[in-house]
Amino acid sequence: MSVDELLRQLFPGGHAVRREGDLLVGTGRSPAGEIAVLGLCDGVDVGVELALRLATEVLRVVRDHPGRPILTLVDTRGQRMSKRDEVLGLNGYLGHLAACVELARQAGHKIVALVHGQAASGSFLALGMMADEIHAVDGASLSVMNLPAMSKVTKIPLERLERLSRGSPVLAPGLANYVALGCVRSIWSAPLAAGLEAALARPVEPDRRARRGLERGGRTLAEPVARRVSVTTTHGE
Amino acid sequence: MTGPRRAGPSYREASARRRLAAILDEGSFGELLGPTERVTSPHLAALDLPVAFDDGVVVGTGLLGGQPVLGASQEGRFLGGAVGEVHGAKLTGLLRRALAERPAAVLLLLDTGGVRLQEANAGIVAVSEVMRAVLAVRAAGIPVLALVGGAWGCFGGMGIVARCCDGVLMSEEARMGISGPDVIEATRGVEELDASDRAMVWRTWGGKHRVLLGEADRLLEDSLPAFREAARQLVGRARPLTLAALEAEQAWLARRLADLGGSADALDAWRSAGVDEPERLPLLEPPAWSAAVAGARRVRP
Repeated sequence: MSVDELLRQLFPGGHAVRREGDLLVGTGRSPAGEIAVLGLCDGVDVGVELALRLATEVLRVVRDHPGRPILTLVDTRGQRMSKRDEVLGLNGYLGHLAACVELARQAGHKIVALVHGQAASGSFLALGMMADEIHAVDGASLSVMNLPAMSKVTKIPLERLERLSRGSPVLAPGLANYVALGCVRSIWSAPLAAGLEAALARPVEPDRRARRGLERGGRTLAEPVARRVSVTTTHGE
Repeated sequence: MTGPRRAGPSYREASARRRLAAILDEGSFGELLGPTERVTSPHLAALDLPVAFDDGVVVGTGLLGGQPVLGASQEGRFLGGAVGEVHGAKLTGLLRRALAERPAAVLLLLDTGGVRLQEANAGIVAVSEVMRAVLAVRAAGIPVLALVGGAWGCFGGMGIVARCCDGVLMSEEARMGISGPDVIEATRGVEELDASDRAMVWRTWGGKHRVLLGEADRLLEDSLPAFREAARQLVGRARPLTLAALEAEQAWLARRLADLGGSADALDAWRSAGVDEPERLPLLEPPAWSAAVAGARRVRP
């Protein structure tokens, strides 16, 4: 789906989202009111400049539009992998971006992420995955690493990884796997505005991805292990 | 590695368990969900990989300078300290515990390549849950400190997590970043970066450059007492997660990018930051290094 079509479907009441290179920024009109829109397109690799720019926009919304919901549109292959980005401390820029999104949450902004293209790696962690709710349009592509590359790195034969992937959501790329793990809350299909309105209407909840992964059978240990560590007494007590 | 006489045993060479026990007040560590509970990864057996009874991370409670803290320590010798479903859940559970117990600090002894590829999707979601939990703990006013002194350093998504913390302590020999040298060479080719160039790898990701950038707060010698003392000094000192604080950090990061953005190599960055004869920095011992970079160091607000 083109970005124009995506925005048209999300905001039938109109929007003022402009495109600056691979960055989307502006506002959309929904029945709930003005929505701040911040997004990425064309699978862009996020380097230091773009990470800083995204953080600027999050802080601007917190400062100038208290409480306004934020929709992040995710289409990124990951962080830019370059020597220069590492020399300049890209992990620090992405950490700052994640902290800015947390500030927005603490300040009462509901944050919804919609994966409309690709989502992977550091830039997905620092922006999309920091949302209160993560959704994806049908056909979105979520991954850590494709199986041939994983086979090369882990020295596990490709055929074996492919066979195991049929019975487990953990290994292979794919939207359905991220739904099973509880990471993606739901898949939106047309009309997208309905999905957005429903998400904006729901109250903010704490991070329940592990619990959803348990309910959906894709991640059975994350929630019970976290719970045990959070409440049990220590050895010797 | 031969080096100057240390004030105590090496942090880098110690196991995860020993590191945590040595950072905390003697005898105060109480482990949560320890190896006797046999909670192991459910995904490794299918790949014929060995499991660890702690899934490569030790978590628990203790005291530091008499104050109650929570601590976690990643074992780099098990799958490179990488984060899988159970490993990540132990970290997230510890951070959730902090919200209820309100310790004086949470200490994260990070030694990790990032997401455990053998549990790829569960690993990245787990890293995200850790990241959100760290920030939730900070938002509650409880400081979270990252200690980076192990052989794996701190990379991938966990490199972002380290920078979501209130502070980062590093030894000179440790490394921190997001994309490591092998990953960059494999993805972009040897023309972009030659991972076999050891000197370049250390000056790009090593503790000296990270502290000069302000990405890490303190450069420590590689000893358990040095990490303990530095952590003790930071307990109870939270960097506020407020609009004013993050706007200050935004301005600081923007200024650094404007000043150093033309740097293709850490040496260029040191020169642009105002260090005389930057070529000598890798050879200087921490005290001499501190004096040499005093005017050039960026300090995180």
